[in-house]
Amino acid sequence: MTEITPAIVAEHGLSPDEYARINTLLGRAPNMVELGVFSVMWSEHCSYKSTRAHLRKLPTTGPQVIQGPGENAGVIDIGDGDACIFKMESHNHPSFIEPYQGAATGVGGIMRDVFTMGARPIAMMNALRFGAPDHPKTRHLVAGVVSGIGGYGNCMGVPTVGGEVNFHPSYSGNILVNAMCVGLARTDNIFLSAAKGAGNPVVYFGSKTGRDGIHGATMASAEFDDASEEKRPTVQVGDPFAEKLLLEATLELMATDAIIAIQDMGAAGLTSSSAEMGDKGGSGIELNLDMVPQREANMTAYEMLLSESQERMLAVLKPGREAEAQAIFKKWELDFAVIGITTDTKRLVIKHKGVVAADMPITALSDEAPVYERPYTLREPASGTPAYDKARPVLASLEKILGSADMASRRWIWEQYDHSVMNDTQQAPGGDAAVVRVHGTKKALAISTDVTPRYCKADPRRGGMQAVAECWRNLTAVGATPLATTDNLNFGNPQKPDIMGEIVAAIDGIGEACRALDFPIVSGNCSLYNETNGEGIFPTPAIGGVGLLKDASKMATIAFKRDGDVVILIGETRGHLGQSIYLREIEGKEEGAAPRVELDVEKKNGDFVRRLIEQGRVDTCHDVSDGGLAVAIAEMAMPRGLGAQVGQASIADAIGFWFGEDQARYVIAVPFAQAEKIVAEARAASITVAELGKTGGDSFSIDGKDSIAIAKLRTAHEDWFPNFMKAEL
Amino acid sequence: MKAAVIVFPASNCDRDAKVALTEMTGKAPAMVWHQDSDLPDVDLVVIPGGFSYGDYLRCGAMASQSPVMRAVKAHAEKGGAVLGICNGFQVLTESHLLPGALMRNAGLKFVCKPVTLKVEETQSAFTCGYNNGQSVVFPVAHGEGNYYADDATLDRLEGEGRVVFRYAANPNGSARDIAGILSEKRNVLGMMPHPERVVDGATGGTDGRALFKSLIETLS
Repeated sequence: MTEITPAIVAEHGLSPDEYARINTLLGRAPNMVELGVFSVMWSEHCSYKSTRAHLRKLPTTGPQVIQGPGENAGVIDIGDGDACIFKMESHNHPSFIEPYQGAATGVGGIMRDVFTMGARPIAMMNALRFGAPDHPKTRHLVAGVVSGIGGYGNCMGVPTVGGEVNFHPSYSGNILVNAMCVGLARTDNIFLSAAKGAGNPVVYFGSKTGRDGIHGATMASAEFDDASEEKRPTVQVGDPFAEKLLLEATLELMATDAIIAIQDMGAAGLTSSSAEMGDKGGSGIELNLDMVPQREANMTAYEMLLSESQERMLAVLKPGREAEAQAIFKKWELDFAVIGITTDTKRLVIKHKGVVAADMPITALSDEAPVYERPYTLREPASGTPAYDKARPVLASLEKILGSADMASRRWIWEQYDHSVMNDTQQAPGGDAAVVRVHGTKKALAISTDVTPRYCKADPRRGGMQAVAECWRNLTAVGATPLATTDNLNFGNPQKPDIMGEIVAAIDGIGEACRALDFPIVSGNCSLYNETNGEGIFPTPAIGGVGLLKDASKMATIAFKRDGDVVILIGETRGHLGQSIYLREIEGKEEGAAPRVELDVEKKNGDFVRRLIEQGRVDTCHDVSDGGLAVAIAEMAMPRGLGAQVGQASIADAIGFWFGEDQARYVIAVPFAQAEKIVAEARAASITVAELGKTGGDSFSIDGKDSIAIAKLRTAHEDWFPNFMKAEL
Repeated sequence: MKAAVIVFPASNCDRDAKVALTEMTGKAPAMVWHQDSDLPDVDLVVIPGGFSYGDYLRCGAMASQSPVMRAVKAHAEKGGAVLGICNGFQVLTESHLLPGALMRNAGLKFVCKPVTLKVEETQSAFTCGYNNGQSVVFPVAHGEGNYYADDATLDRLEGEGRVVFRYAANPNGSARDIAGILSEKRNVLGMMPHPERVVDGATGGTDGRALFKSLIETLS
């Protein structure tokens, strides 16, 4: 038997203190198999040991919440017995090492989290951050990640309906791939992971177990260095065909009442799924690894327990229902095996080839996992506004911004995703939020993922608030009532007090905004150690929100639709340019304060706009965010080539007015006959409102002086991405 | 009109086809599992889109060997109507119910977008409800829709009025912009674009309705 040396402990990502704690909890030294199990269960990825103390501060409840954090995904009530189940999760580290498989298995993993709970996945979103466009790896990573997401999602037949993409040098050595899955279930048919009761069969189904992905969770809990690509063997390989069969077979099994508990095998595979099920059910689990369907010969207990082979599930069935379940998996040509039994010992006991390979109290793996109150320092937020040239012509800058890496059209990406399969997509990528009909009803779900990392870097607390506020605003802008969120917290090394300070401040800001906007967090994921050679990424707490449109026929879209509509700006423009796209793209400055987030104003303005849409009085709406008002109006003009003649309406200078990134703002366009009344209603509600001009023609003109053809803007906007990618092909 | 939809492992537009047929005909089609060797008594068989058998080997190749395809071939030989959409078109060429093959898109990427098609032929059970030369917008969503056949076959298809839909702007490199073709007996249609995704005005248009209406009028 291998002797466990301090070097082996360190290789498993455990500190000497943690190893001592394991000895105490077991009352003896662990063997190698047990050490492996502890290393994954106590990894940052599985245990949330650095963030758990802070995550507790987030609001997670509300009348709409059926299931908050702690299960495979969050569940909310969307009326009429329908439930929406959703979660966002990262696959950052594997995607940097092997972009196609890393991204593909990220999609597969998050889909399993959702259908494990009884939902049919109906929409996928993703939030992607790549390095500088001119970094030698960026194109390769973009091409690989996008085709991996498409390759998996398209085969599953689940539409990928939107997302966001940023480029910034802070991600050059550590990209972010966050995937969100939204599913639909009935409130009376939701499946949880608590393996209650003793003597029930534990069954395994799906693909066979191989040697792939061993220690993936541990890899995701360490920093990268130049040798990280040697970790390629720890990246799992996805098979969407197997997952599609697994989805259909699992839903078929769920239509029976044979299941007591079910859990997908994600990070740390068999180990984590069995420990979590036993933990939640207050039971013990005994597994016989000889029964596990294996892809390779002579696998050890260590390998089987730590394998992250994809497309596998673990369930506890009611006794006597095994044959019924087996018949379903036979029909779908998937492996099925009874591999264990629940017990009343509260221990995880692993048998292999007639001997006990591991025997651990389950609480030692879960509840007793270390929780760290890591030291942190809160740095002073960036402040002020850098100097800029106030005389620069507005529309030439607009053209340049629309053709910049962060603001250019993402068509090159989303045309590689099947966004119309299932035939319920009512708003495809390119709008404020994706809108997907609740099948067979007139209701629809709106979905958006948002975060502005440059604001988070300047001021993590305000950045956290802004991410939530922007997500809420994007859902509102299509007419949806925002219901709940999932968060995907991507940060650097939490053992550095400055990074830990970013985490604490961002969570604080997220919590405050979620409380103020009645937008609780029902699921989420933390990805820490996003660093390469000691350089951390921008703090990137991505927020994925879901909202409900009770009548999707009233939905608003961003496109200008009629000649002569009045263009109205809701919300106050102060001309805030700190951390703006304008300063970065035109003046080359990434400086200044992040924009102020006033949650009461955000709520008041949003509620006003949403009511207009719900009343069927507004069908054209766009939130104002990256790039400011000029970009928002251009984005409304480009879809149909319908221009606008607008003028400046506040005291700020032209640059601040057209490109400032003040929050809580929307642009709406309404027929002339209705404009006056809407403006009057806004004023009566003490909402700042301004008529900017009207739609018409084929150009964007300002104050009757400066003018540019919409076609020219569109060319700049559409050409950047294909031209960028062509350099590789 | 009575219809059946074939379900292969990893078919994923089977539900869309079912919903569209139900909406257009007023009754749900029979869903037929790939292991079945018999078809119910139907007028129309739809082979839906998806990734049958994971697209392993070649798109549609494994599906063409499955038990149900023997029954589909017999149905076609008797003159029964068969509509293959996207992966269904690939299955039909692999089964030799239609000539030619569908190769990887010329751009080497999956492409999903609405495309404008020209209806080139209205002398068919599938398209008699359209006007000749009419422009329609259907979505495409495929990685391997690049239609290929040798020149003699293409000339024959054109000469016999069997090119039913042509792309206005070719999204995948298909020979002669071909988007959909008929069999010699004109009872089998294979097409890459998705008519079943454009029957419901809320999700991208209604241009596909006329295709199903044509079938209902001809086959009922």
